[in-house]
Amino acid sequence: MAMAIEKPHAGEGGEHETTTGLPNTKLAMWLFLASECLLFGALISTYVLYRGASTVGPYPADVFDIPYTSVSSFVLLASSLTMVLALTAAQKRDVPRMRLWLLATALLGLTFVGGQVYEFTAFYHEGLALSTNLFGTTFYVLTGFHGVHVTVGIFMLLSLVGLSGADRLPDDAGFPVEMVGLYWHFVDIVWIIIFTVVYLIPTGPTPAN
Amino acid sequence: MASVSVTGTSSRGLRRPSSLTGFWSWFTTVDHKKIGIMYGVSAFVFFIVGGLEALLIRTQLAQPDGTLLNADQYNQIFTMHGITMIFLFVMPMSAAFFNYLLPLMLGARDVAFPRLNAYSFWVFLLGGLFLYSSPFLGGAPNGGWFGYAPNSTTDPSIGMTFYALGLLITGIASAAGAVNLAITIINMRAPGMSLFRMPVFVWMGLVVQFLLVFALPIITVGLFELLFDRRWGTHFFDPTAGGDPILWQHLFWLFGHPEVYILILPAFGIISEIIPVFARKPLFGYQFMVFSGIAIGFIGFGVWAHHMFAAGLGPVANTAFGVSTAIIAIPTGVKIFNWMATLHGGDLRFTSPMLYAIGAVTMFVIGGLSGVTHAVVPSDYQQTDTYYVVAHFHYVIFGGSVFAFFGAFHYWWPKVFARQLSETLGKVAFWILLIGFNLTFGPMHILGLSGMIRREYTYPESLGLTFWNQIATLGAFLIALSVLTFMVNVLRTHIRKQPLASEDPWDARTLEWMTPCPPPVYNFEEIPQVHSLDEFWHRKYVEDEKTGTLVPAQAGAAPEHDDDHTEAGHGIHLPSPSYWPLVSAVGLPVIAYGVLYSWWLVAAGALVVLVGFMGWAVEPSVAED
Repeated sequence: MAMAIEKPHAGEGGEHETTTGLPNTKLAMWLFLASECLLFGALISTYVLYRGASTVGPYPADVFDIPYTSVSSFVLLASSLTMVLALTAAQKRDVPRMRLWLLATALLGLTFVGGQVYEFTAFYHEGLALSTNLFGTTFYVLTGFHGVHVTVGIFMLLSLVGLSGADRLPDDAGFPVEMVGLYWHFVDIVWIIIFTVVYLIPTGPTPAN
Repeated sequence: MASVSVTGTSSRGLRRPSSLTGFWSWFTTVDHKKIGIMYGVSAFVFFIVGGLEALLIRTQLAQPDGTLLNADQYNQIFTMHGITMIFLFVMPMSAAFFNYLLPLMLGARDVAFPRLNAYSFWVFLLGGLFLYSSPFLGGAPNGGWFGYAPNSTTDPSIGMTFYALGLLITGIASAAGAVNLAITIINMRAPGMSLFRMPVFVWMGLVVQFLLVFALPIITVGLFELLFDRRWGTHFFDPTAGGDPILWQHLFWLFGHPEVYILILPAFGIISEIIPVFARKPLFGYQFMVFSGIAIGFIGFGVWAHHMFAAGLGPVANTAFGVSTAIIAIPTGVKIFNWMATLHGGDLRFTSPMLYAIGAVTMFVIGGLSGVTHAVVPSDYQQTDTYYVVAHFHYVIFGGSVFAFFGAFHYWWPKVFARQLSETLGKVAFWILLIGFNLTFGPMHILGLSGMIRREYTYPESLGLTFWNQIATLGAFLIALSVLTFMVNVLRTHIRKQPLASEDPWDARTLEWMTPCPPPVYNFEEIPQVHSLDEFWHRKYVEDEKTGTLVPAQAGAAPEHDDDHTEAGHGIHLPSPSYWPLVSAVGLPVIAYGVLYSWWLVAAGALVVLVGFMGWAVEPSVAED
């Protein structure tokens, strides 16, 4: 949908025609996301490798509240929709709508991160700390890394809103919104994988305790 | 449109830096050439430091029962030697050449993201200084450059925490640089510069950047896990809680083996530029060179477990990785044969760049052959963790990369500094280096096969290892003498201030030589239209139709430079200097110290990073007039 960008303002040094015709920033964002795939790939691999390897509890089945996390996952996925709406508004140069949808996206992201903080706190009170067992180690680090990524995305969304408010975005704000959107969708997609691998696939029998 | 002398101010807050010359301009520059020089100088300083560490190692081992260093100091010295040479010398030195040369070879005015480029440099430098602050703050890293767990997770000194944090910082620098340079190559080529008209050096640059982009995140995860284990008591590599130290080895070598090609492919690119110029022949089998480079890049991700044959992965895994390791020798061999074929029948000129290039190929072949012996699993069982391995990787990395770097210094010095290094001193340094290098690392094959274990800080006389160790130490000091000769050469060249006889002193083939020496800030007055591989050569020479020999092209086809460069370049749109890359970079070591000492420092560092990035985001890349 985002093929209408002709003059990217966010691309540094891209004032003349590029070789591929694509803006530098967009290619760089794709390459960065490809790199991120391996980052999460290695983290998820670590988690999978250590599934069921904890020698002491609590085990996943002891702490997980699947309905709760499903709701917060739904909230995060819904933010991809509002992100698309923000991009459409930006491309139509409808600044008020763009700000509205960007704020909505940030708010949904914030809800997700808030939910994660609550979840971490609850698990901690149930006896699962970072250093309790391998499950705590791999669970907190993997989902925490993802949470940090969402938080960075929220910063970027709020920066866009702030820049737009200060009238520092180009008239055609579609390009920067699209770049942030690429990152945001990526983080959402990663969550689908993490949610499936961590929460939905059962760990199998845990050692009796 | 801004002119070259930029005078804009940021519309609010800090006055934007505008000076393109003078001491302070180095801190705010976004010019790829200045950044390239800064990369080169910093990397060379780290090379000297790492070299002094090597001399300490060799002095300790010159006698049985050496007492210069105790075991603890020795562990720190050899670990810092490895980290320094790999992460703070060879990688940034490659980045120096890529930075300086890629835009020039592609016919571009700068890299795709000039400020990100400055950011990469500052992050690398600060990461290196962070690592080198560790000896003053409780001990340097001491677990070897590959930091095997659980030794690295349980060591009580602070060193390996510095290791994890320092390499995370330099990793950020490399990743940002890799994205930047890859996009530059893909997207910033001059009109007509199709992929298969790019010099092989540029191709190798592209492969290296992709290797970095896909290998660095893996070690990043490994280093984070190491950091969490050390700092916050997690159990990633803790066998007592069900963790598996072998996971660290997998994560490390899944990065570490592509890293080997990250270290050597730039050298392959340099050699591929130097040999055709001094053989006065086009590179033999250009497309084979390119595709074998790409093949090395791909296969490089499938051979990592040959570093772990002795870890007990089982016969199936060992066989598979033994086979893939043997396979990767094929594209590498293709390159060697193509260089030989380029030399064959050429009009050879044995200048110092050429000597270093041929030296690099020759030494690399020796290292490559000992590498093939590692692919044979039973043989590797015998060699692993002995000096035989030390000999092998110094032959490929020192013999390959470092020889190529010295060739590159001599070859591109006139381009960068408009001064020519002394050929006599260059050749003297080369021969001392060649002899010293072989005296140092040749005997290590014998020592390794005689059972001398890698990383042992001393050995008893009864093992009979003394003689070859003494030879190796003698060789190490010869290497130091050669590097000293090179430094004298540099000093002498710059004190004499002898102007260049010609702006194209080597009769070169590629676009960077179409610019004046040194190139103006905007590189090309007019972006060249590219018609062929070796564009510059084809502008200078045409083939005589009757005799088939080369004759100079008609006047006007050769490069012309305006006599008065100061007048030129107005109206060229260049990115302006900026404080923000440096500011954003400073936050990272602050965060890292915070992880060691206090959450307040982490918060402060994060704030600096945030302010830096915000300032960066609102600052236009080109200041308004």
